[in-house]
Amino acid sequence: MRDKADYARKGIARGRSVVVLQYVDGILFVAPNPSRALHKISEIYDRIGFAAVGRYNEFEELRLGGIRYADINGYSYDRSDVTGRGLANLYASNLGRIFTESIKSLEVEVVVAEVGDEPDGDAIYRLTFDGSVFDEHGFAAMGGQADAVLGRLKERYRESMSLSDALEVALAALTEPGGERPPVEQLEVAVLDRNREHRKFKRLTGARLDRLLAASAATPAVDEPESPAEPPAKGNGEKPPPTGPDGPVDDGSSPL
Amino acid sequence: MAKRDLPAGLMSQLFQNTGSSSFTDFVGAYAPELLPRRDEVLATPIGDQVPHATTIVAATFAGGVVMAGDRRATSGNIISQRDVEKVFRTDDYSCMGIAGTASTGLEMARLYRVELEHYEKLEGRTMSVRGKANRLATMIRGNLAMAMQGLVVVPLFAAYDPDRDEGRIFSYDVAGGPYERERFDAIGSGSIFARGALKKLYREGASADDITMALIQALYDAADDDSATGGPDVTRKIFPIVSVIDADGFRRLTDEQVSEYVSQMLDARLIAPDGPIAPLR
Repeated sequence: MRDKADYARKGIARGRSVVVLQYVDGILFVAPNPSRALHKISEIYDRIGFAAVGRYNEFEELRLGGIRYADINGYSYDRSDVTGRGLANLYASNLGRIFTESIKSLEVEVVVAEVGDEPDGDAIYRLTFDGSVFDEHGFAAMGGQADAVLGRLKERYRESMSLSDALEVALAALTEPGGERPPVEQLEVAVLDRNREHRKFKRLTGARLDRLLAASAATPAVDEPESPAEPPAKGNGEKPPPTGPDGPVDDGSSPL
Repeated sequence: MAKRDLPAGLMSQLFQNTGSSSFTDFVGAYAPELLPRRDEVLATPIGDQVPHATTIVAATFAGGVVMAGDRRATSGNIISQRDVEKVFRTDDYSCMGIAGTASTGLEMARLYRVELEHYEKLEGRTMSVRGKANRLATMIRGNLAMAMQGLVVVPLFAAYDPDRDEGRIFSYDVAGGPYERERFDAIGSGSIFARGALKKLYREGASADDITMALIQALYDAADDDSATGGPDVTRKIFPIVSVIDADGFRRLTDEQVSEYVSQMLDARLIAPDGPIAPLR
């Protein structure tokens, strides 16, 4: 069991991080992703979005299953009867079952986010490979050096940020201190915007994303933290990350 | 396969790739009782006893398409509903209107919407306009047995085609279709009169605004001569449903917007009751 967990953790840590956070009009998803076609972020239903890290074929299967679940329930009852909580529970039981019963657990970590009519109604559920569910408040990060990203995210995150501020926060969190930001063409960005009609999910691409990035660069509205975010590096290494990535170095060529 | 025991059965089948992106195919294999039954034989045809939806009109304009429907549903000589909605958004760039048995049509529209979105989400791309039209034809064909029993439903489908930057209209018969229509089309009991009106009122390359007005006029002409089509109900403030689809997507005009068109038309018809006069030569 322990071996399975270590195996899954290593697989997940090998890829790049994905950040999901709340902003004033909904929920923002940001994933560095060199592939245009193989998405890490996608729409499940009217109000529900999905983000994943890990092995593509495994989380793609989860995504398709989630869409089938949502569409079949929305068709059987009413579109408002499909909830993020229900989907998170379905994923949790499926992930948990595979973790205990299969030889190999899934090497994935998943976020199911649901946007409400008011910010109070927003929900972000993070699910790990063993089926644990975390009801996150405001933001979540997973994959890659998730702890370091989460640390930077925690310092910068504020409630009710504008979209451009939230994007700035997400990019800052995804960038190592002193490191280079992921280039625009390698960013996958989407929102669940509560002000949209019918389907809340929207991918931000092309000129729209460029404008947004320009806006967030022009207004450095995000206060730089007093003390620079130091990841728990080798210096004070009393608590190294549970398992470091020991696969090939992530050079950005893999979509995972 | 047909057995549906929650939740373990749900999970095992939901996560199996069926190789098809069709929601109907998936539900048909996984929980067929959820789909409308199309193979029942009724003891007697009940066509006259259930509410019928009546007239739908659609016309293209420069860069898009407008669809409008009256609000009346009838059972025989009874008006069963005054404010029924018969034009439905099916995805961001398409809509359908229904004529015939109202309940079957509503059910079809609901399933069709899921069908289009399901494909779009699974495949990560929007279905081609032709693909959407074909898919609807299959659904109507599936209803043929019921249509023979009197539960006829015939939709009108309109979509914006991003590849051509224009609106397209498809009509159907009880056995399917689709038949692509140039410029405009109408379905339902008042369609003969509406089509006649549109022949004279349609302008090539007109704006969405002008085409909306033409459709409102056509619906009024249909209501004028067909007892099953409802005219605008000024006292109850029930106006036709008008949907516009263009490059920006689907939008349904608000009642206030439609009431503007209606009151303009009614003012003019107080003077000329038969509506605008087309030039003779």
